[in-house]
Amino acid sequence: MALHIAYFAWVRERMGVAEEVVEIPASITHVGALIAWLAARDAQGALAFTEPQRIRAAVDGVMMGPDAPLSGAREVALFPPVTGG
Amino acid sequence: MIRALVQRAAIDVTAELDLHDAGGHGASASFIGRVRGEGDLAELFLDHHPVMTEAGLADLAHAAADRWRLSALTLIHRVGAMVPGDTIVLVLASSPHRAEALAACEYLIDRLKTDVMLWKRETFADGRVQWVEQREGDHSRAGRWDQA
Repeated sequence: MALHIAYFAWVRERMGVAEEVVEIPASITHVGALIAWLAARDAQGALAFTEPQRIRAAVDGVMMGPDAPLSGAREVALFPPVTGG
Repeated sequence: MIRALVQRAAIDVTAELDLHDAGGHGASASFIGRVRGEGDLAELFLDHHPVMTEAGLADLAHAAADRWRLSALTLIHRVGAMVPGDTIVLVLASSPHRAEALAACEYLIDRLKTDVMLWKRETFADGRVQWVEQREGDHSRAGRWDQA
């Protein structure tokens, strides 16, 4: 499945790209598995996702937890806890 | 009238207040957040999502308008590079009565810190760069509104 992934803040810096389109294996069915797969994929992923509990996600524009399914998803955003205001 | 936006340009507080005030309101509460120059801060950079950040501000504004009787609401967050003294966020909430205007203003600033896709990065005079960490206190303040 082709998935558009966007990264923000220090996740983007550690990944070295703002966004990418990746072909993910069929076994990756939810957000938490995607994060673990990215962490295992390469050195950048390992650096960005070494502490998955610090990562937040949005699937097609809606904030989701690690158990959120990826079936039918077009874009996943991965980022640290927000610090606006 | 609800006005919720994200902008790179400086926030013109006077112009925004004039726009918000058109028609007149019984009570208006305001919050102006500025970049603090603590610890030799040279630049504060705000990262954001091109769609979700502004949508998040609009969602918050509508949630406040559902909760309190408001006659006007302005919620503007700046993004990009800023220097100490710059206005980073402006909240204006108006209602026929002061209690609702004040409560809505406080709600919006509390929720802004936990619900909207914005990330602060600090650059100091000596070249040090760090992303700001979310504080536990931000969550407890934002969470108060769930029980209220």
